[in-house]
Amino acid sequence: MPVLDQNGTQVWRRRTGRESLQRWFGWLLGVAVFVYCWQIISASTTWFFVWDAPRIANDIWTRATPPRWEYITQLGRPIWDTLNIATLGTLISLCLAVPVAFLAARNTTPSALFIRPIALLIIVSTRSINSLIWALLLIAIIGPGVFAGVVAIAIRSIGFCAKLLYEAIEEIDQTQVEAITATGASRWQVMAYGIVPQILPAFAGIAVFRWDINIRESTVLGLVGAGGIGLQLSASLNVLAWPQVSLILIVILVAVVISEWVSAKVRGAII
Amino acid sequence: MSEMRLEDKLGTAWRKPHFIKTPALRWGLIAGFVVYMIAAVLTIEVDWGRVYEGLDRGAAFVLAFTSPDFTSRASDIWEGLFESIVMTVAASVVGIAISIPIGLGAARNIAPLPVYVVCRGIVAISRALQEIIVAILLVAIFGFGPLAGFLTLSFATIGFLSKLLAEDIEAMDRVQAEAIKASGARWTQWINYGVQPQVMPRLVGLSIYRIDINFRESAILGLVGAGGIGATLNTAFDRYEYDTAAAILLLIIGVVMALEYLSGIIRARVQ
Repeated sequence: MPVLDQNGTQVWRRRTGRESLQRWFGWLLGVAVFVYCWQIISASTTWFFVWDAPRIANDIWTRATPPRWEYITQLGRPIWDTLNIATLGTLISLCLAVPVAFLAARNTTPSALFIRPIALLIIVSTRSINSLIWALLLIAIIGPGVFAGVVAIAIRSIGFCAKLLYEAIEEIDQTQVEAITATGASRWQVMAYGIVPQILPAFAGIAVFRWDINIRESTVLGLVGAGGIGLQLSASLNVLAWPQVSLILIVILVAVVISEWVSAKVRGAII
Repeated sequence: MSEMRLEDKLGTAWRKPHFIKTPALRWGLIAGFVVYMIAAVLTIEVDWGRVYEGLDRGAAFVLAFTSPDFTSRASDIWEGLFESIVMTVAASVVGIAISIPIGLGAARNIAPLPVYVVCRGIVAISRALQEIIVAILLVAIFGFGPLAGFLTLSFATIGFLSKLLAEDIEAMDRVQAEAIKASGARWTQWINYGVQPQVMPRLVGLSIYRIDINFRESAILGLVGAGGIGATLNTAFDRYEYDTAAAILLLIIGVVMALEYLSGIIRARVQ
């Protein structure tokens, strides 16, 4: 225990002198990096616009209120599209994520040396690229529209679902699997009766959780042209129709809150 | 589970129990799901001819990953990546620093009711608004450049981190905190010695995770003019320069993987 001698009496210290010196230099380095980053941001900022910002914000606010409520009649179809993008995307991604998860989990993978790294690579690469980027890419490949949005959401969700699912598979109770194996079950029967029932609640929870996230993400996919309510948002922004923008933002907020509520309810019922 | 006597069950074949036990609810959900699926698939317009045409381009894009072009747009790529990293670092530092007091305020067992309501309100607003929508509004207010991206990421960090920190504080062991209080500690000492040590490991883990998310998000903020590598990526897609796009995506995946590896090491050390 680090102790400091002060006039003969020993005083408790949390760290030794060397440790506190190291920490001090760590903090110094951190602060220096932060200040450097801030300087770079500051250098590429037009500060006149920033000082002018309150006026602009006020201006946008007065333009955007009140929202143009009658515009909501034109939003029915985009909302339906958004819901479809999220739901179908989640379903497709779940179909793809289940095999990937079984290949990635240590206790079910057929080959830890060759197949597991490939599955992990699929998980990392689909997870680290945002759905908007996937949408951009798919629009360049298969053209704009709802379908590109569905595929973008599906690809983006594979990594997320597969990661959570393979962690659930690795945490299963091995004794149940052994019991099924002891009855002489084949590999597939072991999977169906020993592993699947144990991960089913986790699977349902992950599905609903990801669906909730996908509703959020699909509301903005239209900004790059992949269908849904984001198309209306970007069209309204382009013509500076602020009352429509504020109405769309309210609709998106309501959709997000509802989906979060549904997902919390379903997960509460499952777990 | 209905009570059934053993004698009744003997002789009948075992059937797998259903995941949803009420038959009416189960069939209702299945029927509703089938109806929804039919409606959803029928209303999605897919231009299969366009998709078929796109397959060549898709193949070209996948092939581009085997020969990513880092050199011909090197200055744009490095500038964008550097700006993304700068934004991530600055926004994470500011976001974490602000989210700690808000997280303390949003924990019911520490904060008085008025503070709790205000802090929870901030968290709810920040979580309900998408990063990209916040970025659009901030770009409109503060002008193009990394400042808007920095503010967006800071704002998003507050919602994420404060909520999880508050939940962690609410779940802490009260005995330790009370022991510190009983020794006559001031409020700041109580937080520093009673609460902080209990939540610190999780806070560090979550902060690292959030840095990871911030970097991924910073890659798309450029699409709406908020700085970072997204603008370069968007241009590459628009010009069908798949090899440059592949190079950027590989860089993003590489940085995310490095961050994940780093976070694994740091979390293992802290916990």
